[in-house]
Amino acid sequence: MTPLATSIPGSSNNGYVAAAYIVFFAIVLVYVAIMALRLTRVERGLRELNARAAARGQDEAKHDETPSHSQTREREVV
Amino acid sequence: MSSRTFPPERRSENPEISSQGSPKRELRGFRTGTEYGRGLRPLSIATLVAVPIALVLVFFYAPIEAEEGFLQKIFYLHVPLAIVTLCGFVIGGLLAIVHLRTRDRKWDLRSYVAIHMGLIFGVGTLITGSIWARGSWGHWWVWSEPTLVSFLIVILLYATYQPLRFAIEDPERQARYASVFAIVAGAFVPMNFLAVRLSTAYLHPRVLGSSSNLPPKMAFTFLVSLVAISLLFATLCSYELTAKRTRMLLKARSRTLGFR
Repeated sequence: MTPLATSIPGSSNNGYVAAAYIVFFAIVLVYVAIMALRLTRVERGLRELNARAAARGQDEAKHDETPSHSQTREREVV
Repeated sequence: MSSRTFPPERRSENPEISSQGSPKRELRGFRTGTEYGRGLRPLSIATLVAVPIALVLVFFYAPIEAEEGFLQKIFYLHVPLAIVTLCGFVIGGLLAIVHLRTRDRKWDLRSYVAIHMGLIFGVGTLITGSIWARGSWGHWWVWSEPTLVSFLIVILLYATYQPLRFAIEDPERQARYASVFAIVAGAFVPMNFLAVRLSTAYLHPRVLGSSSNLPPKMAFTFLVSLVAISLLFATLCSYELTAKRTRMLLKARSRTLGFR
């Protein structure tokens, strides 16, 4: 059985404990920060994609509204 | 096995193949495969609850050990990290077996993420162990200690996984070779663990065994810490998978719309 301390021992090693926990949570934090940066890039890409899709939709709508050259020529002939 | 034998919908989940597979296939894979982000929220909440509870138990509930004093608190971080790291590598190998059996790329992606995350946790294990060794033994590293050196060998072995994987351009071959590596290295992990345990001369304490009976309060704190670190591992894996799938979906959508 692991022996337990009867009184609180001298705290000369507290720095090591703090360092171990801080280092680990710093690693996790750095990882999450990198993932957040990537997510920002994905969001930007999604915004661009939406904007281009909307612009293309508008172009197509205009294209449908305006008669083509061949249609105009047909009308002239008629 | 020829790449022509792979069903099209199974080519969908690998971020590396998205530049080569057809967009329709990729989108079909997203619909029929897994919903990205599913389970991430409950996992995140569970982790956010479990980690503070574990920290409170470590610093306010678990008794102080007689020999090492307060320094022993590193045990509740270092050992769960090491266990989860090795389990992550073994899980990566098992997922790679499923990939080779089913030819489904989603298993390769999961295997990759498990190993990737295991490597990050492994670095954490090495650093926290080193700090503990410095406080306890007076040295940052002891080369004559089989537990330390064997763990370093495992980490170095897995450090070659990503360079190997991304050195292969063909996505089919990349997934196959990575899976074979993951299986062989995953089998090496328990063998290595057993070999170290069978060695007689060691300084590093044994955690799992009859000689290391923890008092109930310490054992409970250790179990809660293990659960918290496992949940953190699962959450980060899920986060990584979600991010990868979202990027793939975006690429696929933009190609379907003819923008790239």
